[in-house]
Amino acid sequence: MGAVGREGVVKRKKRWWLNRTAMVVMWVLISGLIWVGLHLYIRGESMQKAEESLVSMCDERARMLQDQFAVSVNHFQALAILISTFHYEKHPSAIDQDTFAYYTAKTALERPLLNGVAYAQRVLRSEREAFERQQGWTIKTFEGVTSPEKDEYAPVIYSQETVSYIEALDMMSGEEDHENILKARATGKAVLTNPFRLLGSNHLGVVLTFPVYRCGLPKDATLEQRIEATVGYLGGAFDVESLVENLLRQLAGNQDIVVNVYDVTNASEPLIMYGPQSTNNYQSPSHVSLLDFGDPFRKHEMKCRYRQKVPIPLSAITTPSGVFVICMLAGYILFAAWSRYDSVKEDCRKMEELKVQAEAADVAKSQFLATVSHEIRTPMNGVLGMLDLLMDTDLNLAQKDCAQTARVCGKALVSLINEVLDREKIESGKLELEAVPFDLRFLLDDVVSLFSSKSRENCIELAAFVSDDVPQIVIGDPGRFRQIITNLVGNSVKFTKRGHIFVQVHLADNSYQHTGLSEEEKMLGDTYNYTPNTLSGFEAADRTNSWENFKLLLNKPYSDLHASEHACKWNSEKTSLMVSVEDTGIGIPLHAQDRVFAPFMQVDSSTSRMYGGTGIGLSISKCLVEFMGGQISFVSRPHVGSTFIFTATFRQGQNCNFGDVNRALIESLPDDFRGINAFLVDGRPVRSAVTVYHLKRLGIHADVASNIRMALHAISGQNGIRTRKRLQVLLLERDSWNPVTDATLFDQLKELKQKGLISEVPKTILLATSELNQTKFDMYFNMVISKPLRASTLAACLQNVLGLEDYRSLSGREMENGSGSALCRLLEGKRILIVDDNKVNLRVAAGILRKYGAKVECVERGRDALTLLRPPHDFDACFMDIQMPEMDGFEATRQIRLMESNAKKKLNSTPEPSNWSRWHLPVLAMTADVIQATSEECIKWGMDGYISKPFDEEQLYQAISQSFVSNLNTSSG
Amino acid sequence: MASTQIKAQLNDLLNSMFAMDFLDEQFKQLQMLEDGSCPGFISEVITIFCDDAERILSLITELLSKPVVDFEKVDAYVHQLKGSSSSVGAKRVALVCIKFRNVCQENDKEGCMATLYEIRREFDELNKKFRTMLQLEQQIQALDSKR
Repeated sequence: MGAVGREGVVKRKKRWWLNRTAMVVMWVLISGLIWVGLHLYIRGESMQKAEESLVSMCDERARMLQDQFAVSVNHFQALAILISTFHYEKHPSAIDQDTFAYYTAKTALERPLLNGVAYAQRVLRSEREAFERQQGWTIKTFEGVTSPEKDEYAPVIYSQETVSYIEALDMMSGEEDHENILKARATGKAVLTNPFRLLGSNHLGVVLTFPVYRCGLPKDATLEQRIEATVGYLGGAFDVESLVENLLRQLAGNQDIVVNVYDVTNASEPLIMYGPQSTNNYQSPSHVSLLDFGDPFRKHEMKCRYRQKVPIPLSAITTPSGVFVICMLAGYILFAAWSRYDSVKEDCRKMEELKVQAEAADVAKSQFLATVSHEIRTPMNGVLGMLDLLMDTDLNLAQKDCAQTARVCGKALVSLINEVLDREKIESGKLELEAVPFDLRFLLDDVVSLFSSKSRENCIELAAFVSDDVPQIVIGDPGRFRQIITNLVGNSVKFTKRGHIFVQVHLADNSYQHTGLSEEEKMLGDTYNYTPNTLSGFEAADRTNSWENFKLLLNKPYSDLHASEHACKWNSEKTSLMVSVEDTGIGIPLHAQDRVFAPFMQVDSSTSRMYGGTGIGLSISKCLVEFMGGQISFVSRPHVGSTFIFTATFRQGQNCNFGDVNRALIESLPDDFRGINAFLVDGRPVRSAVTVYHLKRLGIHADVASNIRMALHAISGQNGIRTRKRLQVLLLERDSWNPVTDATLFDQLKELKQKGLISEVPKTILLATSELNQTKFDMYFNMVISKPLRASTLAACLQNVLGLEDYRSLSGREMENGSGSALCRLLEGKRILIVDDNKVNLRVAAGILRKYGAKVECVERGRDALTLLRPPHDFDACFMDIQMPEMDGFEATRQIRLMESNAKKKLNSTPEPSNWSRWHLPVLAMTADVIQATSEECIKWGMDGYISKPFDEEQLYQAISQSFVSNLNTSSG
Repeated sequence: MASTQIKAQLNDLLNSMFAMDFLDEQFKQLQMLEDGSCPGFISEVITIFCDDAERILSLITELLSKPVVDFEKVDAYVHQLKGSSSSVGAKRVALVCIKFRNVCQENDKEGCMATLYEIRREFDELNKKFRTMLQLEQQIQALDSKR
């Protein structure tokens, strides 16, 4: 599934990638198009502007040219009127050549366009001879020869000086002139020739011809009348080129544009009048303006264009480029954002994947750990069992020692594995706490005794103290509670090489109350340079636990009796206990203090090398404490010590007389010592309080003195207060006894007796932290007790010393060390029914149970068992195989339970607790496969427990004791 | 003198049985039981076991020889045999029984036949050894009582 998903992702990624490239390309293209579009637009705009200016310029030029031309033509007309008036109306003529030349030269500035004018007279053929005679020259053609015979002639008679070379030339001899003359006299208007190179200036020019009529020609004269009235022709050459040049020079912007003037009479073949021939192929935008020179036969036009290609404006490049750059930047920003988004998303996905993997790995690790631990535990149990068996056999001392060591190691391994499993269980929330009544004080005693050998080795004061107001019996999970304390004390023992380890239990409310009080004291204590008043005299990390505070807790007005009454009154009320474990070990380095409760955490790797351990204990303890509704904390100062404090909530004991029923869990101390008086010599108040506490539990009243001298005083009543009590025991702390000065203690006591100050010599007991030099003191003392103190050891010793009868419980306790003997105790004389269809199994089970002293009966079928098991029961327990033909174990049990309840109904009253088992038979299942489900199944069907086949001593013991005890519990509940 | 020889022989036999996995820890526990209060306990258990096993095996053989095999019934018998053999500590028989049950649950008749044969072989072997053992023990007892 993972592979497919990944493939899909890759595919999608590829598609996206393609898509992205496409988008980039598209974006670039679009930007390019925008660029081109903008460029073209701006260019178009500028072209249009240029064209507009061209049009206006062109039109302006054309108009001016036309105007100037019109002015010239007007003058021409005036000249024509002049000639007709003065040449033909006057007789004789008022004009001759000189006059004309003079006049025209003088008025030439009025006609700037005409470089010369001439007048040609109309001469008919009939008049030629007379005319030639009158003029004195013959009419010549343009070629300069005498003109041939023609109908009429037009010889030039007057001419301006500039064109005097044309005098006597017949204008009609030139074809073009001839045509012009004819056109002019027909229309009566100025007529232009085609442009041609003028003689003289070699400029392009045109010849203007104007008819001169006789006076009195009406306006609407006909063609014939006009021809008839024609007397001559006035002509002039227009120097168009210079004319236009002059004109253009006057105007602005003539550098930029090229002006051409064309004669377009023949539209297909325009004749150029001005301007360069357009040689280049480039056709820049041009404008054409029409020119009207007043000649109806000819059309002219002016064509303007820019001299150079209109330059592309700079803005046409820069603006789109700017826009393009902006587009590219915007695109890049989008692209980058997109890529970033993609990569972040991809990263996120990877993270998710990794997270899932890590979680899976964690789960796998836990499972692996649990499985492996479980798998190790099973064979380890085998190893331990075999070691047990081995130790039962005859071994020599060395072998026994080896076996013992192996067993201890194995147990350690199993306990470690159990711890690991515990942690897993707690983490997965599978842990369930029991709710069993137990005696805290005994539990503490047990824990203390567990570490006694170690504490003795190092001469550490190890002590437990439970304040009086803590109820005798609390309901909770003793196993877990013990686990926590064992763990903490174990830690302390591991890290403490001198000083003390002190376990205290108080009610949480009281402790808090006094912690508040002690703040002041603490400050006080700081100001005076005081020696710490703790159990061993060594300074402890948490000063609130010193004597000043402890004293307050001690002086609570509760007595033992009070406490139990209190507990009874507040039935099932929750009690919060505060437990502190104080040591004077190496402490926890400051940098490691915040990691103390992390699993597998050790201060550093060297710690584990030096002190061993896995570091899992504290984390389990923390979990357990939290499970018990409490908190754990610690105060630690490096090289001073640590104090771990936790609270735990228990229910108070429901019943105050548990002592009778619940012997398996709640031990009772012998009450042989009630009323005995003891005297304790101890220089340390805290330590003495602990000793007094233990003595008090035995019912012994103890007085305390801080040294032997004071003790002797008190005993003998020398200080005035005579003790009436019979003093039987004198306890001395090792450090308050000086072998040199106090060697005569015994003698002194004897002396006192002789003096009659005391009734008898008290037994002397020395309390020592180590057992090394016991023999040394044997001569001085009746007994040496090595610490840690426990009520039961104390009791045993006192019995020994005082010569009381044997402490039954003590021997019982010792027997418990081997579960075999305990089993014997449990099963001795019990009647047990075994139900199994398998004869062999039946026989074996019977054999085993008989071995432990039980009276066994065997039945092979469930039905047979039912006939035997009619309540009230004669049997104490029934071992039932589950898989049986006809009626299996579950069904049989169900029926037994049914019969029991029926019988109870018939009885119509609850049976006496003492013979409860007669009404509720403990049924234990026997099964070959041990699965968790099986045990639940068993409970479901009303069974009390199960034993896996083949039997194992310890398991058998556990199952039997549990079911017997729970049976008793239900009876009391 | 003869008694010790026979004892040594018995020990050898037992050791070899343990070594070859015919027997396991459970049998040792039984031995420990015998040490205590009940003499003849082992021989009693072994006899019961052998008779029982013989009976069960013949029953199974009968069931398997039928044209239609009731596998559930076979399984129940095998389970019984397994239980008793593990109680006695007959490890190899018990192991084959486990195998048989697996085969049986697959309703594989051929496999059942094969495994039955296997069990039969294991059991015969064990039976032979048990008999030798019991004989040796009787000899020891006889010698002891004579003395």
